[in-house]
This record gives sequence, C-alpha cells and structure tokens, in this order.
Amino acid sequence: MPKRLLPVVLLLTTLAGVAHADARSDAKAQVEFGISVAQRGLWKEALYRWERATQVDPTYAAGFNNLAVGYEHEGMLDKAAEAYERALKLEPNNALVRQNFELFKEIHDRTNQTPTP
Amino acid sequence: MTGRIRLRLLSCVLAAGVAGCASFYEIPIETPIAAKLDVSAFQRVFIAGFLSGGTDDVDGNLETVRLLRSQLRMKSNLRVIDADVLPLMDVAANSRPQGQAAGPTAEARETPQPEQIKNEKDLQPYEHIFADADYWKRIGEEYQNPLIVTGTVLFTPHSQSGMVQREREVIDALGRRRVEPVREYMERKGFILQEKFIFIDGRSGAQIYSEALREERLYNQNDNTPALSSYFELMDEIIPRFLSTLSTQRVRGSRVLIK
Repeated sequence: MPKRLLPVVLLLTTLAGVAHADARSDAKAQVEFGISVAQRGLWKEALYRWERATQVDPTYAAGFNNLAVGYEHEGMLDKAAEAYERALKLEPNNALVRQNFELFKEIHDRTNQTPTP
Repeated sequence: MTGRIRLRLLSCVLAAGVAGCASFYEIPIETPIAAKLDVSAFQRVFIAGFLSGGTDDVDGNLETVRLLRSQLRMKSNLRVIDADVLPLMDVAANSRPQGQAAGPTAEARETPQPEQIKNEKDLQPYEHIFADADYWKRIGEEYQNPLIVTGTVLFTPHSQSGMVQREREVIDALGRRRVEPVREYMERKGFILQEKFIFIDGRSGAQIYSEALREERLYNQNDNTPALSSYFELMDEIIPRFLSTLSTQRVRGSRVLIK
C-alpha cells in the first residue's frame, strides 16, 4: 500500500469506529428508555423505542432481545421469534437471550399444536 | 410459570450477573394467545355431554360437563347453557349409524354396556353419534343454535414400574444439609385421562373442529390418591388447552430485558 494512503485508511477506520460508537450510544439510550417505560406498563412506547434502537444499530443484540419480549407481550409471536433469532445470531452465547427464547418457544409450540381429527 | 422454569431463569440471571456481562431487568409479561376457533358467530355454548369410560370411580361424563361449564362461565364471553347433561351413551346405543334403519341396530345391540368401556376401542361403536348432523341440529334448535361441545372421556387406571430419580436430603459429618439425586426402582400407579373435544355448529349440526388431549399422572404405590382428585389434577392440565380453543388466553411469565 502506498505510504500516502495510510493516513487516509487510518482516518476512515477511526471515523467508522466513531460512527459505530455513536450508533451504539444512540441505540443504548433508546433501549434504556424502552426498559423504563416497559417497567411502567407502557409496552407500545417501549416497542417503538426498541424498534428505533435496532434500526439505529442493527448489531445490538440487547435491542433485538427486548424487541422480542415486547412483541411477545403484544401477542405478535412470529415477529418475536424473528427478533429472538436475530439477537441469538448476533450473540449466540448470550444465556439471557437463550433463556428468554426457550421460554418463548414453550408457549409458541403449545399454540402451534395441530388439531387431531 | 412453573418452579422449574423460575429456577432456570433465576440461575441464568445469577450466572450472568456474577459474570457482570450485562445489565438486566426481570419483567413480568402476559402473552395473549389467540383462540384456535372463531366463535364470533355464537353467543351461547352448550356443553352437551360425553361418551365416557374407564374407571367406575369417576363419572367422566358428569364431572367433565360440570367442570367445563364452570370454567367457561369464568373465562369465556360465551353464555353457558345450563341444561341437563345428555346421556350420550344411551343416545348412541339407541341411534343408528347414518344410512341405517331406525332403532338399535345389530351393531348397537352388540356393543358393550357403558361400564364395560375400558379403552378407546370400546368407545368406537358409539362414536357414530358425533357424525349424526340431524341429531345435533335438533339439539341446536332446542337451545337456540349454540356452539355445542361434546366428545369422549376415558379415565383409566395405570401402573408402571422402573427406575425413578428423586432428590434426598442428607446431612454430612459437619452437620451441613445438602440434596442429592437418588435413582431407585419404584412401582407407581396412577391414571391416564384421554379427552377428545368435538365442537359442533348448533345451526347445521356439522362438526367444525376437534382436538384430542392426553395427560397421565403416576403416584407412589403407598400414596392412595383418590381417583377423583387425580381426575381434577389431570383436568388442570387439560383445561387451559381446551379454553384456548374458544377464547384468547393470557399466559403469564417473566422475561429478562437487557441494556
């Protein structure tokens, strides 16, 4: 790599890092606000905040986990499954997300039992 | 939420907390589960009666009708019709499978009496009653076209022997208590409850949905659990699934929100 390109690459890498940190910071703020309103029973507002968080930072597993919990509470089970899967894809070893997903699946499987003729 | 699930959740939360990997909050949630059957066309429900068999200690027909009616009164928007329970075994024994002449048929005459019904096969000669749309239409007209619930109830004694794992409390030399798993050979007895719920449109007499559910419970040989109390334990498992067919249910639980 030519020597004069090195500072440009370094600058771009730094800027990308800063942008990511900003996105994560914004997403965290949305997630925290979502948690505080969910604790007061305002689930629709919480869902809005967590949806925003996952749009701002699509790599933030906590955002997807909370979004999944919100969807579950609102009865949107298919969307909840998608959000849990997304969270687990981002953090496959996160025991809290995995535990939430397992509890969710117990309910989801029960509702999907097919009728017997 | 069962104790087992709560324990698992708690241990998970503790593990994550100790590791210090995240900030988290346990939050109670209520998941609404949509009804499997659209009952918006009905204002009333008639729990008509069941073909029943198994142990003589419990009248599966009467007990099931009584329990389902009381549950629906509390947990459904449908108006529950309070009428005599249909003696469905007698009705089925005296009616004919569709396409045959009226009166007890040769097949019906040969079928065993209710007290002889010990398994699903014994119930089969009676089950033609569920396909008798004319009969159910007449019942429907009598009660102003409700949703009719009928089916079969088989409550049978059951025993099983084999290795069972249980927990035993032990006190060590230092006086500390701890619990350790022990595997031992046990003979256990209990009951199996098999229920088939059939939902019939009281306006046409046609079946619109059916669902078969099965639960079993085993007890220690020395427990002497009465059949009726075992029946209610098993119905406790079955009733939420029955209710979820007719009305939206809310399942309570808790989840963890993460920062």
